[in-house]
Order: sequence, then structure tokens, then C-alpha cells
Amino acid sequence: MDLNDLRSIMTVVSLLTFLGIVWWAYTKTNKKGFDEAANLPFSDDDADRAELGLSSNVKRKAS
Amino acid sequence: MSETQSTYNYKVVRQFAVMTVIWGIVGMLVGVIIAAQLVWPELNIGPWLTYGRLRPLHTNAVIFAFGGCALFATSYYVVQRTSHARLFAGGLAAFTFWGWQLIILLAALSLPLGFTTGKEYAELEWPIDILITVVWVSYAIVFFGTIAKRTVSHIYVANWFFGSMIITVALLHLVNSAEIPVSLTKSYSAYAGVQDAMVQWWYGHNAVGFFLTAGFLGIMYYFVPKQAGRPVYSYRLSVVHFWALIFTYMWAGPHHLHYTALPDWTQSVGMLFSLILLAPSWGGMINGIMTLSGAWSKLRDDPILKFLVTSLSFYGMSTFEGPMMSIKTVNALSHYTDWTVGHVHSGALGWVAMVSIGALYYLLPRLFNRQEMHSVKLITVHFWVATIGVVLYIASMWISGVMQGLMWRAVNSDGTLTYSFVEAVKATYPFWAIRFLGGVLFLSGMLIMAYNMFKTIAAGNTKDVPVVAAAGHHA
Repeated sequence: MDLNDLRSIMTVVSLLTFLGIVWWAYTKTNKKGFDEAANLPFSDDDADRAELGLSSNVKRKAS
Repeated sequence: MSETQSTYNYKVVRQFAVMTVIWGIVGMLVGVIIAAQLVWPELNIGPWLTYGRLRPLHTNAVIFAFGGCALFATSYYVVQRTSHARLFAGGLAAFTFWGWQLIILLAALSLPLGFTTGKEYAELEWPIDILITVVWVSYAIVFFGTIAKRTVSHIYVANWFFGSMIITVALLHLVNSAEIPVSLTKSYSAYAGVQDAMVQWWYGHNAVGFFLTAGFLGIMYYFVPKQAGRPVYSYRLSVVHFWALIFTYMWAGPHHLHYTALPDWTQSVGMLFSLILLAPSWGGMINGIMTLSGAWSKLRDDPILKFLVTSLSFYGMSTFEGPMMSIKTVNALSHYTDWTVGHVHSGALGWVAMVSIGALYYLLPRLFNRQEMHSVKLITVHFWVATIGVVLYIASMWISGVMQGLMWRAVNSDGTLTYSFVEAVKATYPFWAIRFLGGVLFLSGMLIMAYNMFKTIAAGNTKDVPVVAAAGHHA
């Protein structure tokens, strides 16, 4: 096997990796997880309110 | 849960946020000074304040002091808030702040004194390089430690971008700064000749790709959705373009060495990967801008969103321009001219600075328990002053760059050069003056921001906010 075979294999492996990532991102079974992740910035309302000096609904931990 | 875990660590975020504005002013002021030196050469004073010594000070200050502090501030904030956990190792986080400030001070002293490795964007001498390594490893421990102790199952995409930035910058810094010290203040690169050049631009271009792109995309992926009040347009697109960006950027460096001693095939590989880069870059830009789809009206009266969306527009523009300039035939015209300088600043001022400024205007009131900045009007003023400044800067550099390229390559029918070099310099003067004006405007915007920031701080307080309860939460 000469170096050019290795180069070809590398190219094919790279393409398959990319297609694999696209498949992983767009497959139906992963949709729920990605939707949850996308909403992470909005999962912390109380801290958002507290930052702005507004009253918070959450019970503060004893400190 | 221990007592210290009941609030988010905002202290270190506040420190870095305030210093972002301060170092922004310092770095851009040095930029304005060297722009002035090109118009009025008499301003080159002594050996210490000459163009050659101040230029690396400018680039280090704006990239690593301004940009670096912005990345520390936003990543420490975002990783806590999206991991629902207090920052890991608070003492170490404080060390990253003071260590990073020390590095900046050492740079501000050593560069005007003439101590330099001569490697672009990596000019600092070896003792400072070691300090950078120590601080950066501490940063990685704090950041990934916080990810590890997260109380949610997912790692939000912004943290992927921040994390890739931290890992890659560590790798780049270690490889490119391999050097042999001959005294406390002088070292020589471990590489020689064209290998040294290739390592340097592998570093240099990935500093752009990971420090100035991946890191600031991390900022974009948190602050654009937050300010727009809706989740990112397509989380799946963010996943695909993240990996595509990571895989592709690594190989684009050779386009800095077109038509040099670097082997032709390496140049072509660099050009090809640079062209491919358009796709993942625009994936990020489209994802950010489309997050506003259905909420475009917010853009009308929200100056923070104006900053964020304009930054994405400049990101899209400069990531189109970059691949185009990497094409060898285009590069034959553009290389070594002001076009490159214009391109860099459309990315640095238009994208990096504007997305940071937008994020800071979001952060500052929240870090000091205010509902908004001292003056929202002044944010709008800042936005327009900065935008006009960038446009003047880029347009003047485009014109002068293309003009320089055409003048340098013009030949008479007998094969002699039509213009001497100094004739091109002379023709460039008016455009350097316009660039100076653009820089002054952008700097003025930062001064307005500093005033607004200190007024906001003066009327605020530094009460930390509680970490969200882990139990009973979805995800």
C-alpha cells in the first residue's frame, strides 16, 4: 500500500465522519435532547430576575 | 450543598468585564496612535514609542487584553448559568484574573522596551510565555471543572465553543512558542526557515479561528438568544457547523504564505480549506441572525440587539472576504497591502469587538443588580459612532489596498515598474487619514461605554444571585 492509498482512505474517512455528524444531528431520536439543550439559557428564570434586582420566587438556600 | 455553592460566582466575571472595557480603550488608543504615526511620521518618539514597537503592543492589547478579558468574563458567566453550578475552584478563577492582568502589564512594558520573539501575535518572550501557559491551564481547570459539576445533563453549545477555544489555544501556544532561551529576555524559535513560517501561521490563523472566532461564537450562542428572548434558530445546525469549523480551520494557515518558499501543494491545501471554511462560518452567521426571525421588530429599539446582529453581519462579510482573499490569484493582488488590514479590522472591530460590546451591555447591569445600563440612549449613540467608525476604516483600507496592489504590479511596455514604492505610499496618505478618523470614532464609542459603565456601577450593588435548585428540573 503506498502513501496515496492512505491519502484516499483519509479523505473517505473524513467524509464519512462528516456525514455521521450530520446524521447524528438530524436523526429524529436526538431531536428531543437537542431541543432541551437549546432551552438551557432559559432554564434559570429566578437567577434572571434576581440579577435585575427583581424579587425572586425561589426559596433562597440558607446561607 | 455547601454555603459557597448557593450563589453563582459573579466576582471574577465583574472583574474581567470591567477590565474588558479598560483594556479595549488602551488597546484601541495605541491603534489610533500608530494610525496617526502613518499619517504624521513625526509622532514616532524615541525608540520606545516607534511604530515597530507599538504595533505589536496594539495587537496584543486588543486581542489578548480586550478580547481575552471579554472571553474570560463571558465564558465564566455562561458556563455557570447553563451548567446550573457555581464556578469550580474559585481561588483558581481569581488567579486567572490576576495572572492575566500581570501578563498584560508585562506585555505593555516589554514590547515598547524592544523585547520580542518577532513572531506575529506571539511576540512575548519566554518567561511571559510560561506564565501564559500556567494561567491558561488554570482557566481550563476552572472551566471544565464547572462543566464536570453541572447539574443538567446537556452541555450547552456555547460551552462547546468556549471549550474548543481553551483546548486549541493551549495547543497552539505550546507548539508555536517552543523556543530556546539564551537569556532572560531573548529566545530563538525551535523551528527554522519555512517550517518556522508554517508553524507560525498555523498558530496565527488558528488564533483567528479559535481565539477570535470559536470563543466569540460562544458569546453569540448565549447572548443573542437571551437578548432576543428565544432559543437559537437551529440547535442542530449549531452542532454541525461547530464540528465542521473545528475540523476545517486547522488547515487554513498556509494561505498566509502564498507565493513564498512554502511548497505549492501546501499553499493549495491552505487555499482549499479556506474556501471550504465559508460553509461552517456562514452556518454560524445564519443561525445567529435567524434567531431573530419573527422578532425583527425588537431590532428597532434595542441597541444591544443592534450591536449583536451587526456583529454577525460583519462576521458574515469578513468570512466571505477571507476565503476570497485566500484564492491565490486574488491574494497576488491583496497580499501585503492595506486590504489585509481592512479585512482584519472588519473581523476585529465589526465582529469581535461588537459582539463583545453587545454581550457586555447585557452583562453589566446584571452583574451590578440594575435593570438596565445607566443610559440606554448612550448605547445607541455608541452603536452608531462605532458603526460609522468601522465603515470608514474598512472602506478606506479597501480602496488603498487595491490601489497599492495595482500600483505595485503595474509595468511599462519595456518591463520596468511604472511606480516606485514611495509613489504608492504617497498615494495612500489620504486613506490613512480616513482610517485614523475611523479609529478615533471607534475609540470614542469605547469612551462613551466606559462612562456608561461607571455610572451603572456607581448606582448598583454586587449581590450575587442564587444557583438554581437542581432537583425537579427538566433536562
